[in-house]
Amino acid sequence: MSAILVAGGVLAGLGLLFGLLLAVADRFFKVVEDPRIDAVEKLLPGSNCGACGQPGCRGLAEKIVVGAEKPSRCSVSSPAGLEAIADFLGVEVGDADRRVARVHCGGGLGRARQLASYEGFASCRAAHLTGGGGLECSWGCLGLADCVRACTFDAMRMNAWRLPVVDPDKCTACGDCVEACPRDLIDLMPVSHHLIVQCRVPLAADEARRLCTAACDACGRCAADAAPGLIRMAQNLPVVDYAAGGPAAPAATFRCPTGAIRWVVGEQFAGEEAPAEARRIHA
Amino acid sequence: MSFARTFRHGVHPHAHKEATEALPVERMPFVERLVLPLSQHAGAPARPVVAVGERVERGQLIAEAAAFVSAPLHAPVAGRVAAIAPRPHPSGRLVPAIELETDPLSSQRLPAGPPLDAGALDNESFVAELQNAGLVGMGGAGFPTHVKYRLPEGRRVERLLVNGCECEPFLTSDHRLMVERAGDVVRGAEIAAAQLGVAETVFGVELNKADAIAALERAVDGRAAMRVVPLAVKYPQGAEKMLIRAVYGVEVPSGRLPLDVGMLVNNVATMTAVADWFDRRRPLVERVVTVSGPGVRRPANLLVPVGTPVRAVLDHCGGLAPETREVVMGGPMMGSPLASLDVPVVKGTSGLLAFTAEEARLPTEYACIKCGRCVEACPQFLNPSRLGRLSRAGRFEEMMGYHAMDCVECGSCSFACPSGIPIVQLIRVAKGALRERAVAEAAR
Repeated sequence: MSAILVAGGVLAGLGLLFGLLLAVADRFFKVVEDPRIDAVEKLLPGSNCGACGQPGCRGLAEKIVVGAEKPSRCSVSSPAGLEAIADFLGVEVGDADRRVARVHCGGGLGRARQLASYEGFASCRAAHLTGGGGLECSWGCLGLADCVRACTFDAMRMNAWRLPVVDPDKCTACGDCVEACPRDLIDLMPVSHHLIVQCRVPLAADEARRLCTAACDACGRCAADAAPGLIRMAQNLPVVDYAAGGPAAPAATFRCPTGAIRWVVGEQFAGEEAPAEARRIHA
Repeated sequence: MSFARTFRHGVHPHAHKEATEALPVERMPFVERLVLPLSQHAGAPARPVVAVGERVERGQLIAEAAAFVSAPLHAPVAGRVAAIAPRPHPSGRLVPAIELETDPLSSQRLPAGPPLDAGALDNESFVAELQNAGLVGMGGAGFPTHVKYRLPEGRRVERLLVNGCECEPFLTSDHRLMVERAGDVVRGAEIAAAQLGVAETVFGVELNKADAIAALERAVDGRAAMRVVPLAVKYPQGAEKMLIRAVYGVEVPSGRLPLDVGMLVNNVATMTAVADWFDRRRPLVERVVTVSGPGVRRPANLLVPVGTPVRAVLDHCGGLAPETREVVMGGPMMGSPLASLDVPVVKGTSGLLAFTAEEARLPTEYACIKCGRCVEACPQFLNPSRLGRLSRAGRFEEMMGYHAMDCVECGSCSFACPSGIPIVQLIRVAKGALRERAVAEAAR
C-alpha cells in the first residue's frame, strides 16, 4: 500500500517541479512573436507546397508580414484569399503573374514514331533509362504519367493521346511535375503567355518530321508571321520572347505545318479528338 | 579439396553458356555502312576531325577526345565519311555519330606499326597513349581506360587485377578471348603492370572456364608476380568491387575507387587492346561479341568492327527466329534492351542476345513479403527492399541515408525477389533523379 503512495507522491512531486520550471521558463525566456504571422498563416491555403520558394506556408507568412514578399507570391491561394491577406495587413496584393505548368510535347500515341513497345515498370523515368521507352524521339513525352503521379493538387490527367493535360484552374505552379519529368518537358509559364511551343526536337526538316507528325521541323513560318522580334529560331526551335517584341497574336500559329506551336487559352490539347489508330510499332 | 575464392552474397543464375563457349571467334565481314556514335564511353563525346565526304583509312583517327574523361574514335573500315548527324544509340537516344561508307575495293588491312616501348614512358605519356588508342572499359560500363591509370601524386597501385570472370549468363566473348589470345591478355597485363610497378598481377577467372584458366596459366608460365586465381562461379563477380573482395577479401570503402586500396581492375578484352596498341600500334576498332539466346538461329562469337549495325550482326548469324520478342545488348542481368536494330555495336558491347516471349516474360508483381532474399543477394550489403519502397514513394533523398548510390545496379535483388518486384529498376530511377538534382544543385 505504501509503495503505491510513494510512487504517486514522487510523480506528483515531479509534476509540480517541472510545472514550476515551465512557469519560470515561460516568464523569463518568452519570445514575443508578431501575432499577425499566425493570422496570415491561417489565411494562406496551408498546402505547404513550396511553390513560393519558402519552407511552407508559415515561412511565406513571416516574409509577407515583414514586407519581404507580396501576398501574390502564393500561387495556390484564390484572388479573394490574397485580397483578404492584403486587406488584413494593409499592403498591396502584388502583381506576380499567375503561372501554370505547360507541356512542351504534342506527340504521344500514334503521332510520335514508336520503334518498340516498352513493357515493365510503368514509370517514365524507368522507360527513359530502358532504350528510351521504345520511342524514336529522344525528347518526346513517354506517356507513363510520372508527372500526374507527382501532382498533389489533382490538376493533371493523361488524355487519350497519352499526353498529360494540366487543368489551369487547379494548377498552383508548385513545380513538382517539372521535377518529375525525366525529359524536362514541363515548364511553368505565366497564364498570360498563350504561345506555346509543343516540341523540344532540336532537329530540322525531314529529320524532325520522321520522328513525329507533331514535331517542329524548324520551317520558321511562326517567326516570320509574328510581330517583329517576338519569335526567333534557336537550335531548330522557335523561342518566344515576350520582352523582345509583341504583341503576341494567334496569327503566328496559323501556318505551322505540324501544329508544333499553338495559341493556348486555358487547357492544352483541348478539343483534340482521340487518336484514330492504335499504337503502331515501326520495327 | 579447398573451396574456390569468392565474395559474399550474390546469386546463381543459370549460365546458358553452352551454345557458344566452344565456338571459336570468327570474323564478321565488313558491312556497307557503319555508324560510330561520338559517345561510346562515359564522359564528354568525342569531337570529329574528319569532314563529310572525306576518305578515311582503316585505323585512322576520325574523332578526338574532347576532354580528359573522353576517348577518341578510329575508323573501323577504309571508306568515306557519309554523314555526321544524329543516329540511334544503344541507349535509345539519338546522338551525334559519324556514318562511314565502306570502300568495297579496299583490302581493309589494318597496318601494324613498330612496337612502342611502354617501359620508357612516364605515367603522363602512358596515360596519353592509352587515350590515343581509344581504349574504354570493354566489360560494358565504357569508362575510358586511361582515366584509371592516371595516378594522383603519391599514390601507388600495388596490385593489378585482370577481370576474366564473365559472370553474366550467355556471354562467352571474354572466355573465347582468354582461350584464343591468352598470350595477348598476359602481354597487355605485363605492359600495364610494368608501367604501374605493381607487386602482383592476378587474373581472376571463374571455375566454369577451365580451358581459359589453363590457357592463361600456360601463357603466364614463369613470369614472376603473376598468377591465375580460379574463382567460384557466382554473379556479379565481374563487378570490380566484388572481384577485389573475391581475390583479396579487401573491401573498397563506400564512394571510393579501387585505387584507394591500391588496386586497379581491367577487363581481359581491355588488356588485349592494350597489347594491340603498344605492340602493333592498332587502335580499338573491333571487338568480340557473343551473339546468342534462343531467338538467334546460329549463335556465334564474332569479331565485329565497332559501328556495325546490330541488324547486320544478327543477319550474319542467320537472322532472328520469328518468335523473338526482345534483343538485349550486353548480358541478360545488366544489359539493356534495344529499341531499334539499327543501333550499332559499340566499344562496350559484349553480347547481343535475342529472347523469345518465354525469357522476356515479366514476372507478375506481388506485394513485398519481407522475406529478405534481396538483402541476402545484394553484394553491396544494402537493403534493396527498403530502397525500392522509398523509391516508389518518391522519397529519393531519404534513400541517400540507405546508401542508394553504392548500388552497382547488378540486378541480383530483382533476380532473387519471389514477389517479382522490379527492385533494381526502382533504385535506378531514384539514382537517376538524385544525380539530376545534384547537377541542378551544383548549377545553382
